[in-house]
Amino acid sequence: MKLITAIIKPHKLDDVKSALEAYGIQGLTISESSGYGRQRGHTEVYRGAEYTVDLVPKVRVEVLVDDVDAHDVVEVVVKSAQTGRIGDGKVWTQPVDDVVRVRTGEHGPDAL
Amino acid sequence: MDSALNSGDTAWILTSAALVLLMTPGLALFYGGMVRAKSVLNMMMMSFGALALIGVLWVLYGYSIAFGNDVGGGLLGNPFEYFGLSGMLGEDTSAPYPVMAFVAFQGVFAIITVALISGAIADRAKFGAWLVFAGVWATLVYFPVAHWVFAFDGDDVVGGWIANNLLALDFAGGTAVHINAGAAGLALALVLGKRKGFGRDPMRPHNLPLVMLGAGLLWFGWFGFNAGSALSAGNTAAVAFVNTIVATSAAILGWLLTEKVRDGHATSLGGASGAVAGLVAITPACNAVSPVMAIVLGAVAGVLCALAVGLKYKLGYDDSLDVVGVHLVGGLWGTIAIGFLGSATTPAGVDGLFFGGGVDQLWRQVVGAVAVLGYSFVLTWVIGTVIQKTMGFRLDQDDEVAGIDQAEHAESGYDWGTLTSGGGRVAGSPARPTDARHSSGSSEVSA
Repeated sequence: MKLITAIIKPHKLDDVKSALEAYGIQGLTISESSGYGRQRGHTEVYRGAEYTVDLVPKVRVEVLVDDVDAHDVVEVVVKSAQTGRIGDGKVWTQPVDDVVRVRTGEHGPDAL
Repeated sequence: MDSALNSGDTAWILTSAALVLLMTPGLALFYGGMVRAKSVLNMMMMSFGALALIGVLWVLYGYSIAFGNDVGGGLLGNPFEYFGLSGMLGEDTSAPYPVMAFVAFQGVFAIITVALISGAIADRAKFGAWLVFAGVWATLVYFPVAHWVFAFDGDDVVGGWIANNLLALDFAGGTAVHINAGAAGLALALVLGKRKGFGRDPMRPHNLPLVMLGAGLLWFGWFGFNAGSALSAGNTAAVAFVNTIVATSAAILGWLLTEKVRDGHATSLGGASGAVAGLVAITPACNAVSPVMAIVLGAVAGVLCALAVGLKYKLGYDDSLDVVGVHLVGGLWGTIAIGFLGSATTPAGVDGLFFGGGVDQLWRQVVGAVAVLGYSFVLTWVIGTVIQKTMGFRLDQDDEVAGIDQAEHAESGYDWGTLTSGGGRVAGSPARPTDARHSSGSSEVSA
């Protein structure tokens, strides 16, 4: 099993969700996050005082998938999150030892 | 015997007093939105604290110091003459309005002047020390200065030196309120020192809609401040009213234009600040300039104050919310501008330099402004230093970093939800019963 984590632009969340749904993904976890890549942040001015705002608001999407689906799911996320402009985000994959469904106690791929 | 009481005038003065009272909660919102979320309550409480304390002191002896018979040199009213407003409750049929209406109207001026100072020392003043300062400052600085500026000689009463000897014009408090509070803010900012992280950490306003709301309430209340200062519901009030609209409008435009040219953006904080700068500047002059000159006065105020708020970074003092940049600079400009832009066609009836009046009024305006500035600065610095060295004025550094709301009031302004607001439970309540499957000894849970 794999954990796929995607950091995307907040306004692309609906596209990514729909694309994953269309692919057949059953569940995912969304959280608000912030950070920066090469684009850094932006500048704000208050009464003439400039502030560099380093951290850009992003959305983190986490999906647990079977090994066989991992590559395709990453593709689906990348395609649906892409705007082609700076700050589109990152997607990465990590191996997962075990998953347990809390309600039933099922382990492994059955719990996905 | 016929009564001279004019119910229209009385109604307008009482209404104006209520309008001016609302300015202090308006100021609390204006200031509260400008600080970080961890300081919003303390920022607002400094205004509300001033409201409470000065309201009481005004009735006890403040009115008497400001409007009692002069004890010498036009410097001070007799503090005991009207102590507790004694002997003032009877009806006076010879005056157009009851003296108690005037007491109420002037009292709310005292309140907001003290509250204005708090913007210079955001995030870092012990609340108790602030209240002590507020009481001492009102006693030693505001009440006497109000006597200088607002106490006019009467039939059998001698008033203050600026109003009656110097003859500087200050219709609604450019000197007594704004220069006074601005100079005090500067002194206090120097006594308390900079906030931790000033000039390095972002100290962005946490809620600009609150700032805009506060500015709107200030403007609304300011009609009472300026037009109410006519102390009658007539032409002078109407002229002051119109000037209060138009100078403020022009100042917003002036501030926004300055921002657009300098920073590339016209901002909401700039709009709100421009409004206040215009209100400050027109305050002393609202009965002395024509509406067209009020536009000039306001526009210059907007530009001037927008530039002045940058001074603190150059000079290195932390006047947190720009009491100096807006109130001191705006108050100085408005007070001195009368000497340039004043017109004899107005209710004040004095020509300034640009209207053939020479420098006669101008020098009076400058002397009045400088006198109040100097007195307020020196006295505030002394009062602040004494409080700092005795009971301590500045908050502990760790408390400042963690947030003054927590340290001083044991509250937080906002509940961000369980995780970020720390969870917890009512003190003294039992811990949540654990799930029966994980604890054998729990009798509270039915499996």
